[in-house]
Amino acid sequence: MSHEQLDAADAGPAYRRRSGPARAWSALHALLLQSPSAFIGALILVLIVFACFIVPALLGQDGEATDLLNTFVPPVWQEGGSWATPLGTDHLGRDTLSRILIGGRISLTVAFCAVAMALSIGLVLGTLSGFYGGWIDSVIMRVGDLFLAYPFMLLTISVIALLGPSLTNLIIILALADWVTYARTVRGSVIAVRGKEYVRAAEAIGTPNRTIIRRHILPNTIAPILVLATVRAANYIIWESGLSFLGMGVPPPTPTWGIMLAEGRNYILNAWWLVTLPGLAIMFTILSVNLLGDGLRDAMDPRLKRVGK
Amino acid sequence: MLSYVLKRLSHTLLVIVGISIVSFVFLQLSGDPVGLMLPQDATSQQIEDLRHKLGLDDPVVVQYLRFVGNALRGDLGRSLFSNEPVAALILERLPATVELAFFSMAFALVIALPIGIVSALKRGTLIDTASMVLALFGLSMPHFWLGIMMIMLFSVQLGWLPTSGRGSFAQIIMPAAAMGISMVALFARLTRSTLLEVLGQDYVRTARAKGLPEYIVIGKHALKNAMIPLVTMIGMEFGLLLGGAVIIETVFAWPGVGRLIVQAIMDRDYPVVQGAVMLLSMIFVIVNLLVDLAYGWLDPDVSLRRASK
Repeated sequence: MSHEQLDAADAGPAYRRRSGPARAWSALHALLLQSPSAFIGALILVLIVFACFIVPALLGQDGEATDLLNTFVPPVWQEGGSWATPLGTDHLGRDTLSRILIGGRISLTVAFCAVAMALSIGLVLGTLSGFYGGWIDSVIMRVGDLFLAYPFMLLTISVIALLGPSLTNLIIILALADWVTYARTVRGSVIAVRGKEYVRAAEAIGTPNRTIIRRHILPNTIAPILVLATVRAANYIIWESGLSFLGMGVPPPTPTWGIMLAEGRNYILNAWWLVTLPGLAIMFTILSVNLLGDGLRDAMDPRLKRVGK
Repeated sequence: MLSYVLKRLSHTLLVIVGISIVSFVFLQLSGDPVGLMLPQDATSQQIEDLRHKLGLDDPVVVQYLRFVGNALRGDLGRSLFSNEPVAALILERLPATVELAFFSMAFALVIALPIGIVSALKRGTLIDTASMVLALFGLSMPHFWLGIMMIMLFSVQLGWLPTSGRGSFAQIIMPAAAMGISMVALFARLTRSTLLEVLGQDYVRTARAKGLPEYIVIGKHALKNAMIPLVTMIGMEFGLLLGGAVIIETVFAWPGVGRLIVQAIMDRDYPVVQGAVMLLSMIFVIVNLLVDLAYGWLDPDVSLRRASK
């Protein structure tokens, strides 16, 4: 096809150097090293992911096994604690450590899937909106305004009230409630790139729109989207735990951090660890994601500023 | 300025209509109330009669217009659970939620502004670093977990504050502080970064060069301009407060709309859920409208820029 030929002609060495996933990745790598806080955040996050996804499997725990002879065993460093359950047990004798790790698996899965889904929707709609403008832009952005008009938590719980709580529903609802955040960011970057000479040049030689979008527009949206996705992922983890806390997240007996907090709350008089430790798990996870997000944002700041204008 | 106000007003109206349509659709999807209102052994004739009496056999558009007409007259239907008017149920609870939101906001601002200002002025010092690390922790904590931790410390251990309820000042301290903490972090960071930006501007240098005392340079020239983004942030955070109330009101047994919504979801009382969500969202939209108008008034540059878009 002639498009392909034109494309090949267009893609000279200079162009190759400017784009391509390999280039983006090595840039990202360099940025990560430039920003120590992002690096520390990433490191903690990797450790948390490893602990949540690998360790329970190695120990053969599912966090749901009850042991009514050993309820309310305190953590190992307290009197009466045992190495069999290093972080103690709850009112049903379930091991707090494995429940925290498995709960983390749920939270991270929800956050990752919701980001992937919201980002995909936002990327498509944001690109359409920014690239084509006109009525497409108006319709997408007005619908987006409606989503933004709802306080996030209220929107999610009213949909969950209707559909019922489940892991899949939770992911879909978070993504549907939040796509507009991504769409707006993508739209902004697309509009910023749209008028650049190299895009005009590509248009002038008859490169099809989809190729222009894929080759010239999308690579420029990666940086802001990456930062945004990190920040939003932290929020999803907090929201997921909040929804689970209210009984509107993943239904029990699956351990999630929110459910652990809701159950542990009943025993604050005699078992401090049940409500303290899952909360600390949430905090350190969010902290590491925030460190990563802040670091990435600072490292990419000049670029973000340019896109924002 | 006028065109900006009109544009903003019509935009808000569009969003409010959108919210009403979404609420109506949710109510339609939540099922046929007739089944809940009649005994199990009701004849099909009785069902038909009731449907006709309630107007459920009218075309959807007619039903929607009736829904809007009723809503405008303050009639949001009746609770399926207690048969009380939904509007009365919500209005009864609304002052508690507004009070909590107000105190949280006040708490956040009172603490965040000094921290942000000091951090900006003492940039790079130990105070700055410590504040920003603390802010990062504040942003990483789920507020309901912080609430439970506070109950554990101040109520259970120290016995200083009551665990729940509303009425006295002592009872609002913990919920307001727990809800305000993430905003403290957010506002402090924002104040710091905008102030730093403003301090680098020419007019601040001019003010210093002409020998104005530092407190006038900061107070009159820098702070006033640094406040502008903060005003927008306050409006946006208000939505978080209304949504967050759902969880924090549950933790502290605070008798507000949030708890009403949670209870209504447990009871599958959809008219109450929808009514409350619709009302809170509209309050949020209107608050943001006011913030935007205030913003245009604070910074005339904005109204021109936005109106021309």
